[in-house]
Amino acid sequence: MEILVCVKRVPDPAENEIEINSDGTDIERDDLVYSVNEWDNYAVEEAIQIRDKVGGSVTVVTVGDEEADEVLRREMAMGADKGLHINDEVFEEADGLAIAKALKAVVEKGNYDLILTGAQADDGAAQVGGMLAALLDLPYASLVNSIEVVDDKTLKVGREIEGGNQEMNEISLPCVLSIQTGINEPRYVGIRGIRKVAGVEIPEMELSDLGLSEDEVAPKVKRLDYFVPEMGEGAEILEGDTEEIAEKLVELLKAKGGIK
Amino acid sequence: MEMALVPVAKVSLLGIPASLLAILIPLIGIGFFSYIMARRLIPLAKAKPDPRFDRPKQRFKNLIKFWLGQYKQPRYLVAGVIHMVIFFGFLILSIRSISMVFIGFDPGFVFPGLGGFLGHIYDFFKDYAATFVLIACIVAGIRRGVFTPERYKVPPKYGKDHTFEALFVLGLIGGLMIFESLYSGSMVAAQRQMGLEAEFLPPLTISWFFAKILSGAPRGLLQFLNTSAYFCHDMVFFFFLCFLPFGKHFHVITSIFNVYFSKLDRGTVKPVRYGVSDEELDDLDYFGVKYIEDFTWKNILDFYTCVDCGRCADVCPANAVGRPLIPRFLTLKAREHIFDRFPVFGEIKPKVPLIGNIYEEDEIWSCTTCGACEEECPVLNEYINKIVDLRRGMVDEGLVPQTLQKPLNALTKRGNPYGKMEKKRAEWTKGLEDIEVKIVGKKAQTETLYFVDSATSYDERANEIARSVVKIMHACGEDFGILGKSEKDSGHEVRRFGEEMLFLTLKEQNIDAILNSGAKRIVTADPHAYNGLKKDYEGIPPVEHISEYILRKINEGKLRFKPIEDPALVFTYHDPCYLGRHNLVYDAPRQVLDAIPGLNRVEMERHKDRSFCCGGGGLMLFYEPPEEEQRMGQVRVKMANEAGANVIVVCCPFCLTHLEDGVKTTRFEGKIQVMDLTELISKQLIIE
Repeated sequence: MEILVCVKRVPDPAENEIEINSDGTDIERDDLVYSVNEWDNYAVEEAIQIRDKVGGSVTVVTVGDEEADEVLRREMAMGADKGLHINDEVFEEADGLAIAKALKAVVEKGNYDLILTGAQADDGAAQVGGMLAALLDLPYASLVNSIEVVDDKTLKVGREIEGGNQEMNEISLPCVLSIQTGINEPRYVGIRGIRKVAGVEIPEMELSDLGLSEDEVAPKVKRLDYFVPEMGEGAEILEGDTEEIAEKLVELLKAKGGIK
Repeated sequence: MEMALVPVAKVSLLGIPASLLAILIPLIGIGFFSYIMARRLIPLAKAKPDPRFDRPKQRFKNLIKFWLGQYKQPRYLVAGVIHMVIFFGFLILSIRSISMVFIGFDPGFVFPGLGGFLGHIYDFFKDYAATFVLIACIVAGIRRGVFTPERYKVPPKYGKDHTFEALFVLGLIGGLMIFESLYSGSMVAAQRQMGLEAEFLPPLTISWFFAKILSGAPRGLLQFLNTSAYFCHDMVFFFFLCFLPFGKHFHVITSIFNVYFSKLDRGTVKPVRYGVSDEELDDLDYFGVKYIEDFTWKNILDFYTCVDCGRCADVCPANAVGRPLIPRFLTLKAREHIFDRFPVFGEIKPKVPLIGNIYEEDEIWSCTTCGACEEECPVLNEYINKIVDLRRGMVDEGLVPQTLQKPLNALTKRGNPYGKMEKKRAEWTKGLEDIEVKIVGKKAQTETLYFVDSATSYDERANEIARSVVKIMHACGEDFGILGKSEKDSGHEVRRFGEEMLFLTLKEQNIDAILNSGAKRIVTADPHAYNGLKKDYEGIPPVEHISEYILRKINEGKLRFKPIEDPALVFTYHDPCYLGRHNLVYDAPRQVLDAIPGLNRVEMERHKDRSFCCGGGGLMLFYEPPEEEQRMGQVRVKMANEAGANVIVVCCPFCLTHLEDGVKTTRFEGKIQVMDLTELISKQLIIE
């Protein structure tokens, strides 16, 4: 099975303190460290496991600047066979639709049976997966938390739905799936693994290589402001010792109908 | 000497000279034994190198102390004493047993040197030796078969009970003693009957009893018993020899080598591969142990030598709290695997990965590397190096639990497992009101460098340790500084969790920063950093633990303390593994405590080299075992309570965290307090 996984380099909230810069136009990026988006990492692990079971290859693709090369190498150290780097200044300001268009062009240049994205990115809007499927006119399942290969035309995919319930679907290939964390246990990639793939050639593509024009990827969504919302009203802090607090809490819950 | 009985060598059995049999049995026995040993050596030859031929003086000393002196045995008194009786008995009787073999075809054989007076002395002792060994075998058999101490039990998932093999071997040893004594006893009885000169049999020995009982027996019976006892002894002897390499009694042969080649440097971890430099590591196909052949030859010898005594498991904290790790079975499973893959008869089987076949991932992650098992092992088997090598193999495969991947990634990106910003590494200094802490580097140099390490730098509770250290050093008038954001995690646990490349990166950055500071000495309050800097780093100034530093300053008269006011406080000191067992710093912290006037101190039952791990340092803080009945910290707090203490003094940021959590989650909240030695000292300081 030929699998394409779309990945993104993001500032990992676990290793950064995200602050807004003084102009309020962006987050403070001076002292950030970046990693591969967590959801994407699960998607790559899933792709590798499928490939190891049924054969084929895994390609990882990213849209990003020079630095984005490091996440491709990390995912290749994990076991992905090939990397593709879409690196063009024009994408610096790109919105989700533009990214989806770029990825669509990549998909059309290849011969992929399965396209995976993360369910969302730490710094994103959880929109590229769905848009990509629509642009490609392919079936799509979001928040996928299990994949079983039925045959070379069909997958059985599980989706997480409200209230911790599970839904099972059959989906025909080719298709696009957005992957939820917890679908597997991604393997660890150490410095040694990354060093091993340090010399591997990763093809870079610019806008022209994708057959797209600047107009087509011009952002249609523009960020207006960045700010920390002000603390609203309605919160109440209970005071007293533990027993008193517990008593007051029970009263409150009873009064508001939380417990009967 | 005139003989009342026909010597074995002259007897003829159904027309065949017995001497022929007496030659054939040893020849066949030694032939088989040589073949078995040659097969058993194959795995050692296929294993990885390990240069253990250095420092012969020290190794020989160990041999005298731990092998001949049986130094570790009495730590478990009953079993230890029984073993020592059998061991020394065996040593004495080995001469007799060898002589017996020769007597069978050379009736006049005398062991070289034992011809005259010495021979009589020897005979006197060997008769008692045989008697004591027989008694020891009976006691051991009853203990093993009837009372069966807990540590010999085999959990169902590890297969059948081992009692049969143990009793069988005790039976063989007992048999050797009885046949040897019957041989002598029947001979003496016959000599006495004929009024001939007889060998002196020491009173109350087995042979003495046999001579008594048989004093009236007919000559024919005595002749029969004498010859049969001889051949029974001969056959049991060579059967036993060939049986040894099939089980735990292999140690009879291997322990002498195992002790001689045992690990000499406490607290160290072996390199990824001996003979491969850090720069050449990239050329290796893979790291660590994936297959049994990836262990070193000494590791294989360890597996062979394990006596199945269960002491390692008995003291293991991971086992005590129900984690899926029993050190004893780490070894026994490997031995079974070796015996299965490299059988004595038949073909060598193809290699299979150890993880997933004989070991589980979590079994290997469960170890805190506290070293309690190694401290206890009577034959000086190692565990930590094997655990680390197995982890290296898992890291290489990417088999790392998610709970550990996060801190490892954070260490890669930020140099600390919490993923906190580098620039906040010295934020704890803000809590110091009137002392300015110098941040050192190329421009600002220092005499004494305080290496803080990650936990003490970033953990809010452990920050108190850092501030206390500063107050103490300040009171001593020390010129000191910290590295601030150029300090990285010492990588001590990174290395012990098998991530060698990340460790090397951290080490390189730290060595660079330390050398830039111009420091002449390093002090740290974190035993993990202490051990790491001392054992894993090269080319840096000498390292001192804060407890040693404080003791030195007390002795120099630089520190004086207020007395403990509250008479109800009973203190106990908990030995951190990496300060105690791995570095033998047991006394300094105790002497420091005793220097505080009015401090009432008690010892927990498990203290010093038997200390019970708090739950582990560094990355172990992040690891969540899939099975665990209780936390090690909780167990330890109960031990402190049993000792009658209400203040546990620790000397390590991780012990502080684990034991405080232990107090909070047990019925001891509000009844027992936990503090670091530095906190107590800074509180009691008299500032002039």
